[in-house]
Amino acid sequence: MMRKIHLILAASIFMLAAAFNINHTSGSKIGDKASDFSLKNVDGNMVSLADYKNAKGFIVIFTCNHCPFSQAYEQRIIELHQKYESKGYPVIAINPNDKDREPEDSYENMQKLAKEKSYPFVYLYDETQEIAKAYGATRTPHVFILQKSKKGNLVKYIGAIDDNYEDATAAQQKYVEQAVDALLAGKSISINQTKAIGCGIKWKKKPTE
Amino acid sequence: MRQFCWLIWLLGSGQFLYAQQIQQVNKSWIENIRNNTTNDTLYIINFWATWCKPCVAELPYFEQLHKQTQDKKIRVVLVSNDTKKALTDRLPQFISDKQIQSRVLFMNETNANDWIELVSKNWSGAIPATWLVKASLKQEAFHEGELTFEKLNELVKQFK
Repeated sequence: MMRKIHLILAASIFMLAAAFNINHTSGSKIGDKASDFSLKNVDGNMVSLADYKNAKGFIVIFTCNHCPFSQAYEQRIIELHQKYESKGYPVIAINPNDKDREPEDSYENMQKLAKEKSYPFVYLYDETQEIAKAYGATRTPHVFILQKSKKGNLVKYIGAIDDNYEDATAAQQKYVEQAVDALLAGKSISINQTKAIGCGIKWKKKPTE
Repeated sequence: MRQFCWLIWLLGSGQFLYAQQIQQVNKSWIENIRNNTTNDTLYIINFWATWCKPCVAELPYFEQLHKQTQDKKIRVVLVSNDTKKALTDRLPQFISDKQIQSRVLFMNETNANDWIELVSKNWSGAIPATWLVKASLKQEAFHEGELTFEKLNELVKQFK
């Protein structure tokens, strides 16, 4: 009898824990398969990860025009692409902000900025915000490094670009570079998750709000 | 006489006065607030920046709360995440222009990865974010994202 109660108790705790987990699995985690997408680039073409036949992976960065943190990292994002595209890890920049809440992040303004700063990478507009939600992006800039595998594009790193947004030259840890270098060398990534202060993504207002 | 004029100018300049008032804190401040278990004040700590529109939009709610609760054991603290450069111009100017009455502190840390999780494991780092803590009760609450005045009051009421 006692054993039965124990079993029931254990089972219910397990189910409770599972239910709790389900509530908290919005967005991707390290090791998850990242979803592909078809988003409009600033040049008018639709872009998918599947288009990159020769890539080994991707540096997906949710970023935008208006956010001072994105602006602070803009040059570093350009340099990441210049350094790693030829090695098989292009930067895929995605703007997830609602243009009604932040007009500076409209598609037209994205086009302007990309032209002005000669972005060497694609700069995509996640108009429905579904990709940001699927990835679990919450702020800009927010990086997801993906590695191609037979199972799909696997998430290998989530977080910040480096540990000093104010001054690139003072950064002690270049998280993204360290992660991509490790992937290229076939080694495990020592720091695969970091956090940084950033601009909260401007989600569309729900009709009730 | 000339020196005296300078002194008057310096004292009259709000920028000078406010620049002296913004206290800088680092990550140990977070742990000090949490670990000071003899303190029965409820701290309502908002992480913001002058350039962050949703942060600025919700500031009046915190100001209102500050005015309403001055005689109670509740303290509103606005922790700025502006750049160090802003500490001498943009931040004091903002405080002066908006006549901010709540206490403003400046988070003097360059690597946010070191301290974001000290506030809450649930915080992704996006601002605005609000942390409520009453150390004597070991009670805390955390909210990431913009708040309405109603939602802010709901969070505060949990501590009564």
